[in-house]
Order: sequence, then structure tokens, then C-alpha cells
Amino acid sequence: MTKLLKSGAFAADAFQATADDAALPDGPVIVSLARFEKERETLLARNTPIGVRLKSDENPTRLGDDVNRLSLVALEFPKFRDGRAFSWARLVRTRLGFKGEIRAVGDFLFDQLSYQHRVGFDAWEVPDHFTIEMFNAALAEMTNVYQPAADGKKTIRELRAH
Amino acid sequence: MLNPRQVEPNMYRYDEFDSKFVHERVTQFAGQVERRLTGELTEDQFKPLRLMNGLYLQLHAYMLRVAVPYGTLSSKQLRRLAHIARTYDKNFGHFTTRQNIQYNWIKLVDVPAILRELAEVEMHAIQTSGNCIRNVTADQFAGAAADEIEDPRPLAEIIRQWSSLHPEFLFLPRKFKIAVGGSPNDRAALLYHDMAVEIVRNKEGRTGYKVLVGGGMGRTPYIAQVIGEFVEKDDILAFMEAVMRVYNEQGRRDNIYKARIKILTNALGIEEMRRQVNIEFAEIKKVGTLQLPQAELDRITAYFAVPAFETGLSDAMPDAGPDFANWVRTNITAHKAPGYAIATITLKTPGQVPGDATSEQMDIIADLMDEFSVGEVRVTHEQNLVLPHVRNKDLPAIFAKLKELDFASPNAGLITDIIACPGLDYCDLANARSIPIAQKIALKFEDLDRQHKIGELKIKISGCINACGHHHAGHIGILGVDKKGVEFYQLLLGGSGAEDASIGDIMGPGFTEHEIAGAVERVVEVYLAQRNDGERFLDTYRRIGMEKFKAAAYETVAA
Repeated sequence: MTKLLKSGAFAADAFQATADDAALPDGPVIVSLARFEKERETLLARNTPIGVRLKSDENPTRLGDDVNRLSLVALEFPKFRDGRAFSWARLVRTRLGFKGEIRAVGDFLFDQLSYQHRVGFDAWEVPDHFTIEMFNAALAEMTNVYQPAADGKKTIRELRAH
Repeated sequence: MLNPRQVEPNMYRYDEFDSKFVHERVTQFAGQVERRLTGELTEDQFKPLRLMNGLYLQLHAYMLRVAVPYGTLSSKQLRRLAHIARTYDKNFGHFTTRQNIQYNWIKLVDVPAILRELAEVEMHAIQTSGNCIRNVTADQFAGAAADEIEDPRPLAEIIRQWSSLHPEFLFLPRKFKIAVGGSPNDRAALLYHDMAVEIVRNKEGRTGYKVLVGGGMGRTPYIAQVIGEFVEKDDILAFMEAVMRVYNEQGRRDNIYKARIKILTNALGIEEMRRQVNIEFAEIKKVGTLQLPQAELDRITAYFAVPAFETGLSDAMPDAGPDFANWVRTNITAHKAPGYAIATITLKTPGQVPGDATSEQMDIIADLMDEFSVGEVRVTHEQNLVLPHVRNKDLPAIFAKLKELDFASPNAGLITDIIACPGLDYCDLANARSIPIAQKIALKFEDLDRQHKIGELKIKISGCINACGHHHAGHIGILGVDKKGVEFYQLLLGGSGAEDASIGDIMGPGFTEHEIAGAVERVVEVYLAQRNDGERFLDTYRRIGMEKFKAAAYETVAA
């Protein structure tokens, strides 16, 4: 089982993940990119929060301006070594200017949380034994960073200038 | 341990931020080691974490690969490397084709302590392995060579910082190697790198960067192609990040052998690759946060300031006997300052393991650095060391000291200056041994007059298809293969890793370990018989082709 960690705290998951062949339930849903593209008009007309889940080989720029009508983008890690979602998250946050939730789902390690956080993820489906202390520890291991990313954190070059 | 005469060379110095960064990284890794030892992390989960900290599991023990960024070391750092070899390993280290140093007999529990020792002297093992941006390499003669447009090390240091724990590019499809050169003569094998940056001057006389992608060795060798003809200096990080992003998104992840950027570059074609990179580059540039201000480039460049060279020195070479003259002939390169020289110390005395140095040898070289070369040494991709700034008049004293160390072989660039990977003696991936073959060939050609008669001839040996010994780029390349449990050695001719880069041609079926040195000798004899005036082996091969060499190589084997 997993639980949802969002913006540094555990949170109830308001969204229902919906299979491509299942009827849409009431309330916030997460659908695949394929379903979103197919049923775009219907989904956007529902007037309830929509999330889209992308596989690691799906480029989120396919969403175009629609991304800002979504509440959530879920990016899959099929296995922790597959690092494509690190780039996808940056595109969603920086290129597409998405302000909603970017959720990491699938297979990732404690040791990747800080990198995910840097590229724009703000929500994680984590295993049940996971604690907030672990999350905070993961983010605190490295105080400073050398390069700009999607987290707006001051880089070492900027800190040196002070 | 601290040498009172220790000289601080002009090179990058850590400030409080760099220092904190490497120390925190050590603490982080110590935690990961502990989680592995308690079983919280499986080996499968631990593997990419340890690799990104330079730690391999080899045939007999853990191997730790320590980064020597762009090949530059201070005497203080070299002494620390000697100390680590003495304390935690079997008293030696191995300099690699990527300007790093490897320790082959490391215990997992000692690794955090070793990393702490390194952090104290502003060193680390970050990203020396794993599917991430690896330690950046550069021309070993940087800042000293007479033919240089600009010193490539400031940019290399900027790339080191940008790529260190870059959150987006730590889980790439495969490893990613970057090299930087600052001279039209390529001494850093730029064209065999995933990405290479060459400092160039445009028609208006302005310097900027030519960027190449998609070079590589391994089982499918490729020569890098130009993706950015002239990238402005302030754009370089944005441009490189664009290349990385295109690769991270589209590089193949279904087949480890097709995962390097060279495969993507050739699948897309360089035109399409360039189009995609340029779109990405424009977007990154628009955000603006990755632009490299001239002030930052100047600040980093200042660390690498040219040392205060003595003026009024004579360019004449001292007379110190025929042995010395031979050494000068091969191991000295023109320096940009009058009366100064660049001295190559080949770690290739015939019979020795290419690239190995003992703790004692490292300590004495550190003394030489302090006394004669402003405290500085370089590691080369040909597994040699270089004293970059020495006065001509000091060369006889340096040569005498190197003789005592058995490192005075006058063979830089000659047939016994062989590159070899660790091979089956150490490596888990190898199919065949490399080191004994290198030793055999070097001993066969030990006679110095013969070596000088043959002239420039680069032999490069790999113990498997992964090509860590650069066999594709050897004038004569040797590839170890395994045939039903027996080691065989294939010959390749006509490769080059320099600015005239080419991929060697495979001659035919392999030779046994007893035949290979003889086959090399017969190939060399063909060259001596066929060469025109001034032709190197490579030139003769390019002119006359494989046939005659092949006939001679198999002659005795068939008989």
C-alpha cells in the first residue's frame, strides 16, 4: 500500500485513479494521457479537478495549454533507474508553467526524493512505512546546489555573490 | 606528512560552499553504506548509489575511482593519494584513461573514511561511475601548451560544478562523458566523447565553443559530430543542458548496448538532433537562469592564472648526455613561456603495468612538483603524468630523479607508451587480460634505438568490447576476446584519437596470447619497409591499406 505525501505532509488523496475502460466516477479523477486526449471535451466540461498520468515515454508537452486546466500531473517511474520523469517534471513546471500538483508514482528511492523535489515534484506516493522525518531528512542531506532547477533554490553561485 | 616546501599551484580552490558540498556528500554516502550493511538497501538499489560515488564491485574486491577533475593535481593532493594507497590499498594506485585514479583493493567499510580524506584535500569520487555525467576531462597540457587558444580548465571546472548532482541528469540512459580542449591539436580524444567542447576562434577573432556530440568507443564506435559550430560563451551551459535533456528524454533504455548518445545521434541523424537541441536551447535560454556571466567565467579563470614565469631564460636545452637527450626528444613538449618546457613522465617503463604508481613513487613525484613545477602535475588520458611548468635548465635534475624511480623511459608517444585497461586481472567485465599483453609488447620493443626508429606509434589495448583501453583509437589497437574459455586478441589498424580521429579497421581472426606480440612486430616491420619519408605508422597505413599488413601478420601463424 502507498500513501500520499504532499507539500511536506501526509494528505488524503482526493483523486480517484480511473482505468481507461472504467466509467468515470464523480469527483476528482486521474486518467491516462491516452484517455485524456480521447475524451478531452467531456473531461474538461465536467468541472471537477482532473489529473493526467503520464508514462515515462510520454512527453508532457503533448498536453500543450491544456495543462493549465488540469489540477494534477502524475509522472510514472516504471523503475527507479528510468530517469525520464526528471526531465518531464522540469518541462511541466518550467516550460509549461504548471502550478498544480506534480506527483511521483511508481518505483523510486528515498535517495531520489531530493532530486525529484528539485525538478518540480511536490507530491509522492510513498510506501506505508515512510515517515515525514524521512522525507525531511532526504531533503536536508545536501544543503546547497550548484545548478538552477525548478525549485527556485538559490544556487551556490548566487550565494557566493552575497 | 605536511611537506614544509609544499607549493600551492594556481588551480581551482574550494570555498566554503564546495567544501560543505563534498563533506555532506560523504556523510550521505556513509548513511547509504550503513543502510546496505543492515540490509535496508538491496544490492540492486545500492548499486547506482555506490556507482555515483565511484565505487565498483570488481572480481576480487571493491574498486574506488577517484576523480581528478580535468587531470589537474596539486602536490598536496598527490601526497594524499599516496597516503590512501598506503593505508587502505596495496600501496599503489592506477591512473586511468579518463584522468582518474583507481584503487583496486578497497574494503566497503573503509570507503567513507577514504572519501573524508579526499574531501579534506578538495577531492571526491562523485560521478566517476554510474549513468550520469562523469568526471570532466581536458587537455593535459592546458595552460602550458604553446599551441593553445585558451586554457580549457576554467570551463571544465564550471562544467564540473554544473554537472555535480544535477537533479535532472543522474539517471540517464547510460554514462555520459564530457571533454574540453583548448587547442587545434586534440590531446583529449575529444572526438570519442559523448559530448566535447573545443575552444575556437571565429572569423571576427572572438573565442567561443564548438560543441560535438555522439562520439564513443564500446562495441559500436563513432566519431563525434558537430552540433554547435560556434556557441557563445555565455550560452554554453544552456546549450549543454539542451543536449542532455534531448538525450535523457529519447536515449534508448531498452538495450544497454544501444543506450549511449552516439546511438541516438545516429538514429535521429545529426540534422534532426541539432534541430531538437536548438529548440530546447532556445527555451532554456529564454528562462535565463543558466546563462554564464562573463564575470563568473573571469572569476573561475583567475584561479588558473598563469604562474609567474621567470623571464630572460634561454630556450636552449642543457647538455646532459645521450640518455637525457633521448628523453628530451620524446618526453618534452613546447611550452608557451621561453625557457620553459612541459615534461611527460611515462608510467610505461617496459615490463610495468601501464598507469600504475606506488605510494613511494607518488610521494617523490610530489616532491618534484614542489621543487620544479610550481606544485602541479597533470594526469593524461594516455595514463601518464605531466609536469606542466618546468625550466629547461632543471630538466637534467628531474630526469636524474625519475631514473631513480624507474619512470624515466624516453618513450612518450612511442610504441612502448601503451594504453591498457585493467583487463581480466581485475575487471569483472573483461574477457581477456590486457596488462600481460602490454608488458610483452613493451619488452619486445624495449630497445630504444628501435623505438625511435619506429617513431610515433600508439598501441591501445582493451580486454573486452567496452573499449576502456581505447583500442578503436589506437594506431594499432588490440581487443581481447574470449573464444570457448580461451583468450584471443584481435588486431585493429589505423585508428586515431587525435584531431585526425578515425576508427581502426579489424584485421581478421584473433591471435593467441603467445602469437599477438609477434604479429604486432611483423606489422611494424611492414611499416618500416613501406614508409615514405616523414610518415608515421598511421600515415603509411592510410596510404597503403590493410593488405600487406594482414599478409605479414598471419604469415608465421599459418606456417
